[in-house]
Amino acid sequence: MTMLNVGRPTRPEGGSDAVGHTSLSGGRGLLQDEPLIFELGGWQKTGVDLPAPGQDASDLGDLVRSAPIGLPGLSEPEAMRHYVRLSQKNHAIDLALYPLGSCTMKHNPRLNEKMARLAGFGDLHPLAPQSTVQGALALMDRLAHWLKTLTGMPAVALSPKAGAHGELCGLLAIRAAHEAAGQGHRRTVLVPTSAHGTNPATAAFVGYSVVEIAQTDDGRVDIADLAAKLSPDVAAIMVTNPNTCGLFERDVIEIGRLTHEAGAYFYCDGANFNAIVGRVRPGDLGVDAMHINLHKTFSTPHGGGGPGAGPVVLSAALAPFAPAPWVVSSENGFKLVEEAEDEAAQAFGRMSAFHGQMGMFVRAYAYMVSHGADGLRQVAEDAVLNANYIKALLSPVMSPAFPEGPCMHEALFDDSWLDDTGVTTLDFAKAMIDEGFHPMTMYFPLVVHGAMLIEPTETESKQELDRFCEALIALANAAKAGDVDRFKGAPYLAPLRRLDETLAARKPRLTWRPGDKGVAPAPLAAE
Amino acid sequence: MRYLPLTPADRAEMLATIGVATIDDLFVDVPQAARRRDLFDLPLHAGELEVERELSALAAMNRPAGAGPFFCGAGAYRHHVPATVDHIIQRSEFLTSYTPYQPEIAQGTLQVLFEFQSQVAALTGLDVANASMYDGSTACAEAVMMAQRVTRRKKAVLSGGLHPHYAATTQTIAHAEGMDIVRQGVAIDAEAAVLEAIDADTACVVVQTPNVFGVVTDMTKIAEAAHAAGALLIVVTTETVSYGLLKSPGEMGADIAVAEGQSIGNGLNFGGPYVGLFACREKLVRQMPGRLCGETVDADGRRGFVLTLSTREQHIRREKATSNICTNSGLCALAFTIHLSLLGQTGLRELAAINHGKARELRDALAAVPGVEVLTPRFFNEFAIRVKGDAAQVVESLLADGVVAGVPFSRLDPAAGLDDVLLVAATETTTSDHIKAFAQALAGRTA
Repeated sequence: MTMLNVGRPTRPEGGSDAVGHTSLSGGRGLLQDEPLIFELGGWQKTGVDLPAPGQDASDLGDLVRSAPIGLPGLSEPEAMRHYVRLSQKNHAIDLALYPLGSCTMKHNPRLNEKMARLAGFGDLHPLAPQSTVQGALALMDRLAHWLKTLTGMPAVALSPKAGAHGELCGLLAIRAAHEAAGQGHRRTVLVPTSAHGTNPATAAFVGYSVVEIAQTDDGRVDIADLAAKLSPDVAAIMVTNPNTCGLFERDVIEIGRLTHEAGAYFYCDGANFNAIVGRVRPGDLGVDAMHINLHKTFSTPHGGGGPGAGPVVLSAALAPFAPAPWVVSSENGFKLVEEAEDEAAQAFGRMSAFHGQMGMFVRAYAYMVSHGADGLRQVAEDAVLNANYIKALLSPVMSPAFPEGPCMHEALFDDSWLDDTGVTTLDFAKAMIDEGFHPMTMYFPLVVHGAMLIEPTETESKQELDRFCEALIALANAAKAGDVDRFKGAPYLAPLRRLDETLAARKPRLTWRPGDKGVAPAPLAAE
Repeated sequence: MRYLPLTPADRAEMLATIGVATIDDLFVDVPQAARRRDLFDLPLHAGELEVERELSALAAMNRPAGAGPFFCGAGAYRHHVPATVDHIIQRSEFLTSYTPYQPEIAQGTLQVLFEFQSQVAALTGLDVANASMYDGSTACAEAVMMAQRVTRRKKAVLSGGLHPHYAATTQTIAHAEGMDIVRQGVAIDAEAAVLEAIDADTACVVVQTPNVFGVVTDMTKIAEAAHAAGALLIVVTTETVSYGLLKSPGEMGADIAVAEGQSIGNGLNFGGPYVGLFACREKLVRQMPGRLCGETVDADGRRGFVLTLSTREQHIRREKATSNICTNSGLCALAFTIHLSLLGQTGLRELAAINHGKARELRDALAAVPGVEVLTPRFFNEFAIRVKGDAAQVVESLLADGVVAGVPFSRLDPAAGLDDVLLVAATETTTSDHIKAFAQALAGRTA
């Protein structure tokens, strides 16, 4: 019992307006002002009980570290409290709508976490004898089957570790295919102006020069500009479909045809596959390679910035160049082909040390099997329905970038509706934080002024969408009514106010240094 | 379907609000030829119980590392992870948040990244670290390309002691960017040969300690030679626990250190997700790949953290970025940071000493088996042995005794001609009974 309240007043009494009230200790009630571990921990403290080491390290002589490392330790209760306190300063999809356009922040089922932690998956060594990991190889084979079926593509490379890694994999396969065909002189990759930054970055990384393709007034690839730029020097085109304006490329089949006629390959950025999964197969659109962000469409958790997974589906023309390793099945069970030899002679190399993000494969597969063919189709339909619903509700107060026709899984607005209010896209987004929502993607795509890109995903209820739109409409009306302070100083109610990013970049402080606060490390105990 | 909140009534009402008759009206931009009217040829949705049954059956076909005597290492190590770690990383606020681009509501993730960077810098003995990479092998490739940007030279010398998968990954990725990759011959004491390969065209030298055969080497002389030639030294480590006992890369003169961080906080997971560590000297920071978290203040003057120096990154710089990488390995980095916060330098030192002791116990037991030759002179928790005959066949035959004997070197590099070499590792999870079982089984087979 913490307080016997019989006969004691528990009704609020007295006090003044809470606005401007601050605590004496710097925290805000349950939101603690939490120090760094370096300011909390002890240099001799540890939160792990280990058996005493049986032998010294004298055989290693002068290879042994002499200076202290400089790592503080925390007891278990201190560590738990520290990280739980920190966690409470984060927004999360489990707390509220997280409408980051192009990021597909959907619900992450906990069943998937449970499955990935089965000892038969989580406690498997990547180089354990293949006869002891047949179930893991079978899972990779089944995942590959689902990905190939859903995309209508004949092959998939599972090993890329994220979307951009998948782009790299796809472009390396394209380059290898060109070289094998005596077309290694092709040096250009065409990228629409609305592309994700990773597309030109990846193309440049592989040594291609990047040429931009213009966009039409209705937010699509300008076919005439594409046709004019498709020369014998072009190795590939990289197109996101649905594109980053949230629109389906109506002329996608023509884009593929023109690209192939010019001897180039069609790379599709699959970041937005969620909008079409179960309804449209990229293989039917002429795509040669496409990465699939398992952390978007197939709901593996974003984890505060990774780990992701970016398997790449490949057309028959590119399949022989896929990187090792991959799984093949035979009457003797499954086999992991790990080297670029024999049946893998044309493989372009290796994307990473092992076989890819197995932990993500298990989660994505559990997600797919849970949905099935019917559920996945419903995913695309509900994602598109939710985005169009938001577009319909917000269009009277905000300005849709492409008002004509439906959008796909995300609704794009420009900032023309904020003209003369003194409020910017950034201010508006920061004010959303005070209303309990994560801001939408801002200032992207670059082709729309002050862009606000809203992707609700299919895992939002109508009630939550209504609540979200009501909040945004109220904010929009406040902006138009001249309530500028609400925006310029926002957020007021977040764990921190707006942060000085310029200061951070001008004088980078990237690590804690002894002397910042706390004490200098003591010497390590003698052996 | 349990993950989809909309009811048929919701959908009808929403379509009416939008002003269309059917869902198909929202897909009108898809060309007729590409519209799939029928369901795909895949099973229909399944309940939680059914999904658990299918996946549990697949999991049951595998032999987990913890099922008995197990000695595989070679870039992935079985360590005990405190229960606290897995609890915290499953908190919604960490698990289901995005990259912290809105710092006011992401201070949890950002402060963890700052702590992670500080820990990695301390471990490696270098000034700054980034907020993690995909894994050790891709971090290695990125380090080599960073050396090209720093030195404006194209040649990278990879020691023959570098994990062959790291060398292959680096060759694939850095070669794609136009670098000349010189892979030296595989040898147990490969480090000695590195010195001769350094010349005025060399951008960097990549060495590993403990190397793929477990050999621990002081890289100080190689650092001196590299620096004299204007090249950078990149030191790779695949077993992060070794930092607890061994001289750090920074102490030995490394300019860049990269490592696989899986050993701390992260399970084996059949090869991924893992967490790449990347640290360098302060003066190189603007050429560093990957995300960086930095300290700053908010509008009220309170300390806070933000992603910074993003002008290096792809989403700002597009084709002029230092790397095409968009994501890091946030949740694995969180697990790493929590586990290392629990260990502290005291616990890490003890853990490293236990690992080293277990490996020496294993070495003594295997060295006593007739026909077995221990090849690695000085090691941390992993070493190479020569067996009679083909090491892969030895591993297969010992499975019948319930022993997973290690990684045959031929699995990493079939062309090296080291078919009789077996890599074996021991950690704090290895028991004396496991070691005895291994030695007895091996003796039984060679007898």
